[in-house]
Amino acid sequence: MSSDVRFTDFKSDKQPTWCPGCGDFGTMNGMMKALAETGNDPDNTFVVAGIGCSGKIGTYMRSYALHGVHGRALPVGTGVKLARPDIEVMVAGGDGDGYSIGAGHFVHAVRRNVDMTYVVMDNRIYGLTKGQASPTSRSDFETSTTPEGSKQPPVNPHALALASGASFIAQSFSSDALRHQEIIQEAIEHDGFGFVNVYSPCVTFNDVDTYDYFRDSLVDLQETDHDRHDYEDAKEVILDADKEYQGIIYQDEDSVPYAEQHGISADMSDIPDGAPENATDLVREFY
Amino acid sequence: MVADFNWAIGGEAGDGIDSTGKIFAQALSRSGRHVFTSKDFASRIRGGYTAYKVRTSVDRVQSVVDRLDVLIALTPRTIEENLPELHEGSVIIYDGERTTMANAEIPEEMVGLDVPLKRLAEEAGGAIMRNVVALGAACEVTDFPIENLDSALEKRFKDKGQKLVDNNQEAARAGQSYVAEEFDHEFDYELETTDNDYVLLNGDEAIGMGAIAAGCRFYSGYPITPATDVMEYLTGRIERYGGHVVQAEDELSAINMALGAARGGARSMTATSGPGIDLMTETFGLVATSETPLVICNVMRSGPSTGMPTKQEQGDLNGMLYGGHGEIPRFVLAPTTIDECFWKTVEAFNLAEKYQTPVYLTADLSLAVTEQTYEPDAFDMDAVEIDRGFVVDEETIGDHQTDAEQFKPHEITDDGISPRAFPGTSGGAHMSTGLEHDELGRRTEEQEMRVEQVDKRNRKVETAEEREDWSPREFGDAEADTLVVSWGSNEGALIEALEYLEEDDIDVRVISVPYIFPRPDLTEAVEAAEETIVVECNATGQFADLVEHDVLERVERINKYTGVRFKADELARDIKATLEA
Ligand SMILES: Cc1ncc(C[n+]2csc(CCOP(=O)(O)OP(=O)(O)O)c2C)c(N)n1
Ligand code: SF4
Ligand SMILES: [Mg+2]
Repeated sequence: MSSDVRFTDFKSDKQPTWCPGCGDFGTMNGMMKALAETGNDPDNTFVVAGIGCSGKIGTYMRSYALHGVHGRALPVGTGVKLARPDIEVMVAGGDGDGYSIGAGHFVHAVRRNVDMTYVVMDNRIYGLTKGQASPTSRSDFETSTTPEGSKQPPVNPHALALASGASFIAQSFSSDALRHQEIIQEAIEHDGFGFVNVYSPCVTFNDVDTYDYFRDSLVDLQETDHDRHDYEDAKEVILDADKEYQGIIYQDEDSVPYAEQHGISADMSDIPDGAPENATDLVREFY
Repeated sequence: MVADFNWAIGGEAGDGIDSTGKIFAQALSRSGRHVFTSKDFASRIRGGYTAYKVRTSVDRVQSVVDRLDVLIALTPRTIEENLPELHEGSVIIYDGERTTMANAEIPEEMVGLDVPLKRLAEEAGGAIMRNVVALGAACEVTDFPIENLDSALEKRFKDKGQKLVDNNQEAARAGQSYVAEEFDHEFDYELETTDNDYVLLNGDEAIGMGAIAAGCRFYSGYPITPATDVMEYLTGRIERYGGHVVQAEDELSAINMALGAARGGARSMTATSGPGIDLMTETFGLVATSETPLVICNVMRSGPSTGMPTKQEQGDLNGMLYGGHGEIPRFVLAPTTIDECFWKTVEAFNLAEKYQTPVYLTADLSLAVTEQTYEPDAFDMDAVEIDRGFVVDEETIGDHQTDAEQFKPHEITDDGISPRAFPGTSGGAHMSTGLEHDELGRRTEEQEMRVEQVDKRNRKVETAEEREDWSPREFGDAEADTLVVSWGSNEGALIEALEYLEEDDIDVRVISVPYIFPRPDLTEAVEAAEETIVVECNATGQFADLVEHDVLERVERINKYTGVRFKADELARDIKATLEA
């Protein structure tokens, strides 16, 4: 691992095809900077990307990466990290990928507390499939599949995370570049599952959750007396439906990551060229 | 014909039938006798009938037969269920003091031994040991040295303390003495012992052990009968070899975790049954397209849908061959015996890594839950070979980079096999994707590259067809006019059926196929035979269809889809009937 890694080393030679102005540009830049800043380099980093406009991030970043099937990025990240505790794992995907088709995995990934970072690029819409309602869309947001609004309350990802026993819950905004990067960096450094929901506006299909909307409404928890280590504080912020926040909402100081709890530390890619030593013990058990 | 002895214990699910049966099987195995077990089970909830059957002989036994010599019946239904298999002189051990058994009807031509199992167990330390009292009684009936049972009881209970071992051994002796003292009867049975050493295990355990032997370090799965035993076997064991088992939240997660571990460079596996395979199918295509080595074990049960979850069937063959959208290169292996479950698992890992292609490893329920004795050498760990395929390191990676030093994980090569770089290898950073991609792993829809990548992935299978040995197993008379073809667990019954057929002067050549895809070409064998019969546990003859497709000739079919495996004598009758038709 070299200390002179620059964030541009994490850029691939593919030019992003995101719409000009898409929030995902800023989200990705912050991720690359945070990775470089925390001493990682492309050869020791594994990015798992979901399916969606957001999921294209795997193509635009340079690292070991897998761009898998829709909604299953978290289990892939879990497998990589447990097999290779020495590798930095970052999982990224959209709000549909994470909170709709992959919602079941979200709950359990949070509970497992594997030491990796999960970035949800939340634009409150299905971008890639051209503008259908997402689980975080407002109930009155009119889309091609919900012409009168979904009439369902949006999923509250932070509440879902908290209820699932999260050890790190954060919110950032892609266009507040510095804060976004800082927050991702803290998620990377957190010992356990670092979950960051990123407001990453879709300029093409979402005309309500816009840059202006977030700029005007976001309250930075850093500028309040919020205590991230205080569960009650976190609960209050998370359940406050009237405000949008950015910052680290909750961090469990005593978080023990999955690998540590289960005594996993070996590089599982390293195996002998025959049966392992003492394998015959297994046969003897059947006497 | 094998001079065998058939024993069973039956009762309600929840009566401890399985563990008691296993103890007796273990005692027989430790006495140097061969054992083959089978289970009749309804669903696992309390209330259903369940039985554990043991066939034993000093010679090798590899199937079940329609005969029962000694039965321990904990419920009247146990007797009813087994009437067709009981015969004159069969011994039925039961507890007449158990309310439900007070009026049990023992057929006249049989020997009923009313043993107060519960009372004797209580005297020895606890009612829970009543099945062990019955085992002691069975030892007396069969003139079987009780020290072997002592040894099996010790194995079973030693982790829970010597006191428990002592109590159980005492309970067994109480059963033995009771029969000796109370019944003045000469029993027909004598289970002689030998000095041979055997191990006793089932197919699921053999697959789990094979995985560890092959260097599998990561397993993720979601519980499902009859595959759960693989996960339970690995849990607590794989850790001793530096691995880990994750119980995933569902099969979608299980296969994706295993895929992630494989991308990390670990040998990894998941096991499930039909319903789980259905859920995994989307990711199966991703595994193949991203060229990730992965072993997916399908322990088949009766379907479709929830079907008969604890029953035998070989119904998923087409699903494994053709499942998934698009055209997916793959391997499908189907071991035919328990020792082969071990070796085919090792082979599956090597194939997966050498060809960076997913491997379906399938065992049917009968193979998975049946225990059988083997010489320990059948699992010779020194004979296990590991071939990780084309993996590059920091020194060799330069040969597989572009001028701009980008690694080519999907490099177009003559044999279709591209280099692999594990994360952490410097200069190896690359993307893998389920999207069509170029040599660097970057998305492309460029026509020429699409065709080159599809051809390259398919070429790996062609390369494997050339380089690997896909031979079937052969038994019987190679010159016979009648050819019987089978796959999966039917092999054992078929081999024993040969003896019955011989009595009727029917010579048969048996070909047992452990490779479904790629598979051996049976054209010559089918053409040389006057009649070809394909035997399988499904209704539509999925393997027979494949044989007809390969050979361009019609074959006869024997299909069974009752949920119960073939028995040797039954199979012999079916083959005879097919030939006469
Ligand atoms: C199994 C499956 N169902 C549906 C799709 C189609 N699909 C692709 S992306 C997507 C939604 C993406 O929304 P989101 O996760 O919010 O990502 P965004 O494009 O907004 O970044 C859908 C429905 C798919 N690829 N796979
Ligand atoms: S459609 Fe929306 S989310 Fe997708 S690239 Fe364009 S702006 Fe971004
Ligand atoms: Mg979205």
